[in-house]
Amino acid sequence: MDVLITQILNGLDKGSAYALIALGLTLIFGTLGVVNFAHGALFMIGAFCSVFLQRLLNLSFETIDATKTDFLGNPLKVKTPYVESWFGPEMGGAIIDWSVPLAILFAIPVMIAIGFIMERGLIKHFYKRPHADQILVTFGLAIVLQEIIKAFYGANPIQTPAPEALSGVATLAEGIVYPVWRIVYFCFSVAVIGGVFAFLQFTTFGMVVRAGMADRETVGLLGIDIDKRFTFMFGLAAAVAGLAGVMYGPINAPNYHMGMDFLVLSFVVVVVGGMGSLPGAVLAGFLLGILESFASMTQVIELIPGINQIIIYLVAIIILLVRPRGLMGRKGVME
Amino acid sequence: MGILEVKDVGKNFGGLKALSDVNLSVAENTCHAIIGPNGAGKSTLLNCLVGKLIPDTGSVMFDGQSVLGRSPHEINQMGISRVFQTPEIFADLSVMENMMIPLFAKRDGAYRLHAVEKVSNERTLIEEAERMLDDVNMLDKRGMHAAAMSRGDKRRLEMAMCLVQDPKLLLLDEPTAGMARADTNNTIDLLIEIKEKRDITIAIIEHDMHVVFSLADRITVLAQGTPLVEDLPENIKGHPKVKEAYLGEAH
Amino acid sequence: MFGLDKKDTSLLWVVIALTMLAPFILNPFPTGSGMAQFNAGYPDLMQRFVIFGIFAIGFNILFGLTGYLSFGHAAFLGVGSYSAVWMFKLLSMNILPAIILSVAISGIFALVIGFVSLRRTGIYFSILTLAFAQMSFALAYSVLTPITNGETGLQVTLDDPRVLGVSATADGSIPVTNLFGLEMRAAYDLVVGPWTFTFSVGYYVCAIVMLLAFYLAIRIFRSPFGLMLRAIKSNQQRLNYTGLNPKPYTLAAFVISGMYAGLAGGLMAAMDPLAGAERMQWTASGEVVLMTILGGVGTLIGPVLGAGMIKYFENIFSKINDNVLHSWFSFLPDGIEDFIVLVIHPFVGKGWHLTLGLIFMLVVTFLPGGLVEGGQRIARALRKKKEDEPKSPSTEPAE
Repeated sequence: MDVLITQILNGLDKGSAYALIALGLTLIFGTLGVVNFAHGALFMIGAFCSVFLQRLLNLSFETIDATKTDFLGNPLKVKTPYVESWFGPEMGGAIIDWSVPLAILFAIPVMIAIGFIMERGLIKHFYKRPHADQILVTFGLAIVLQEIIKAFYGANPIQTPAPEALSGVATLAEGIVYPVWRIVYFCFSVAVIGGVFAFLQFTTFGMVVRAGMADRETVGLLGIDIDKRFTFMFGLAAAVAGLAGVMYGPINAPNYHMGMDFLVLSFVVVVVGGMGSLPGAVLAGFLLGILESFASMTQVIELIPGINQIIIYLVAIIILLVRPRGLMGRKGVME
Repeated sequence: MGILEVKDVGKNFGGLKALSDVNLSVAENTCHAIIGPNGAGKSTLLNCLVGKLIPDTGSVMFDGQSVLGRSPHEINQMGISRVFQTPEIFADLSVMENMMIPLFAKRDGAYRLHAVEKVSNERTLIEEAERMLDDVNMLDKRGMHAAAMSRGDKRRLEMAMCLVQDPKLLLLDEPTAGMARADTNNTIDLLIEIKEKRDITIAIIEHDMHVVFSLADRITVLAQGTPLVEDLPENIKGHPKVKEAYLGEAH
Repeated sequence: MFGLDKKDTSLLWVVIALTMLAPFILNPFPTGSGMAQFNAGYPDLMQRFVIFGIFAIGFNILFGLTGYLSFGHAAFLGVGSYSAVWMFKLLSMNILPAIILSVAISGIFALVIGFVSLRRTGIYFSILTLAFAQMSFALAYSVLTPITNGETGLQVTLDDPRVLGVSATADGSIPVTNLFGLEMRAAYDLVVGPWTFTFSVGYYVCAIVMLLAFYLAIRIFRSPFGLMLRAIKSNQQRLNYTGLNPKPYTLAAFVISGMYAGLAGGLMAAMDPLAGAERMQWTASGEVVLMTILGGVGTLIGPVLGAGMIKYFENIFSKINDNVLHSWFSFLPDGIEDFIVLVIHPFVGKGWHLTLGLIFMLVVTFLPGGLVEGGQRIARALRKKKEDEPKSPSTEPAE
């Protein structure tokens, strides 16, 4: 029983990331009808938002502490981050320690802006072009984005540790220990997903968008400027992917190609959930995360070697062949 | 016994009855028109004949064989060609290439991997295609990119693509919709000529009564998914039931 | 000639000339000069040009003609490489049986994957191929280690049986790949004044195979089969109602392009007898997509150009570092020089991927026909200027 719970928990954090990325991906597909291969790059940029903030907060000036000397006998140079000198060592230290959660505040406007620029500058010219062209141009964009990040931050992963208070492990029940940050990540993603659904469900804006997803032409005929709202949706999807990335940093140190790594899996998730279905994407994200975690159990691997490596693809292939519209997709979407 | 026998065909979409108890017999080498107000089920019936839809009940026999459960390409190979309401052509190919494809289909069947022969060596087929293009007055456009043509030309090309296969049954779905008067008359002349020259059966769905009465040997009036009357054209004109069905329809 | 019309024949001659003279064309700078490092005429790179050319030609038969975008073609290349290396291990170091086996095995592999994937179209097809390729990649890394040797990659060793050859040469080293005794590694250096041109057996074997592959592609393009494939891209509905079944045609195209990929993989192993799983990763599949699009999708020569361009970027363009830039712009005043180098820096050298990505985006957006279309547009513009009169747009089909 404990093993079971541990596996489910292990699946949840990856599942959360899948669900968040897939949610944005399917939001873009459902509203704009665009297959966005650059979505993984947005996730990666989100993660680097926290890297950026961490570096920014750690910007320091040097002072010479005359009372001490270093091991060569020279006066000791002490580096003090600006934030510590402004807010005092305690408050400043706390700010630096909490840089990853703080990066959320920083990432939201940045990601929305990136989403806007992407949509207005590039994607909107591809609405009427075939899906293959959309895939190709966003694939190119993904390469460009990841190379830009590589140019600034290099090819090696950069650690973005979780705040002291949220690192370490928690004992959930007897025999079940679990890293605190992963619990935080799961709760965070549930909150974001809930937020997106509530936004779509309870605001007029969301209602129009949902109507547009169901039948774009009709909504267009009502004289509602659907395009502007869709641009905003692109920004929102970018922000969701970015937030998923920001918070993922402490679990896996961000590197420039993490977007590409997640992209393929998130596409699989979207397809399994059903193209254009938001609940489908979330459900499939968690399901596949948990499934992957179960497949990684030693007992299972002994039974079917290598299953942990291919389980997600296997499920995707079967779903696509048996039920092409996915778990919760509407009939006729890109069939 | 006609070449096309439709018996008791019914088709539902969800709860909506699109067709019910459709019986239709098209005699060989005649032109049979199916008319009726919008939403009468004409297009649904046509789709049932070519394998796009499978009727819920009834049978469709062509040339003594059932077409039900066969895919569109198999039905075409049986000798049924279809012209669509909006022209379906290979827009990315040239006019001549558009003509070659049905000829290959006719000669080689649904599939043959001839990967190293050359299209330009198929003299007999090319000549056949040219003759057909000449018949529809399009020989001068043979090298043209099909997408660049006018809508009328696309229709004529589609018609030529169907005719060049020498089908036993030609299905026409509003072949003159949206055409200018002159083009419509050309199409009528073309179809009359084809009818006289070839052994061909034509089933036509049409709104334009001028076209219908110029071509049809028999007319079936469809209303609300069921045949209302079937008779000779002269008897259909002024038939009270037909008037009733069409009343309010702008024709 | 060769059963081709005039235009195709001259195209084929151009390609023959380019590949045969490549050791000259790609080595414009004298050895020892500062620019010598930008010479691309060394066997290793030239082999990669033509091998990836074959890969892209095959990919284009699927994507260019039918419009089915596969994101998993690298899997076939990997399978080809593994098959070839196994042949080197078990049979002999002769490349002929190895390449035949690579083509056959990857063909079977493509038949299975294609049969399943082609049950869906559009984006679903792309994702199915992607999933299959990633599965093959993951399996090659893990469970299939006995066949693939996992992360280390498959290599020939001294204790391989090689039933038709020898396990080790007289001096105790691993025998080299050959074609009936003609060693792939053998090369002849021609020294003309300050220039050195290298003619390698391996390159010419690859080049001849590529010419054959190219010739076959022309024949396919001009055949009724090629016409059907283009019809599939254009309008499947009409094709159905014209009495043709698109499925066997697309499957045949998929298998043929898979065999081309296997051929490329086999040649790769023939030049350097090892095979690794990373050749199968989806980013490698993405690379062949980039090649085909950049060069000109659906055109004959485009994929070869695209492959050459990307491999040139990867190997030569990536060598442009700051020192080189400084030497190029040294004629400028210091401040301006530094500024220009600073601006160019992110796009060259290690940043070549960035430039490539940008070019790719520009091509997809503005030049869907790739380099070939770009060339045609320029040629047309020049012709127009010359004649100085408006001409109706040409209606000839894609070449």
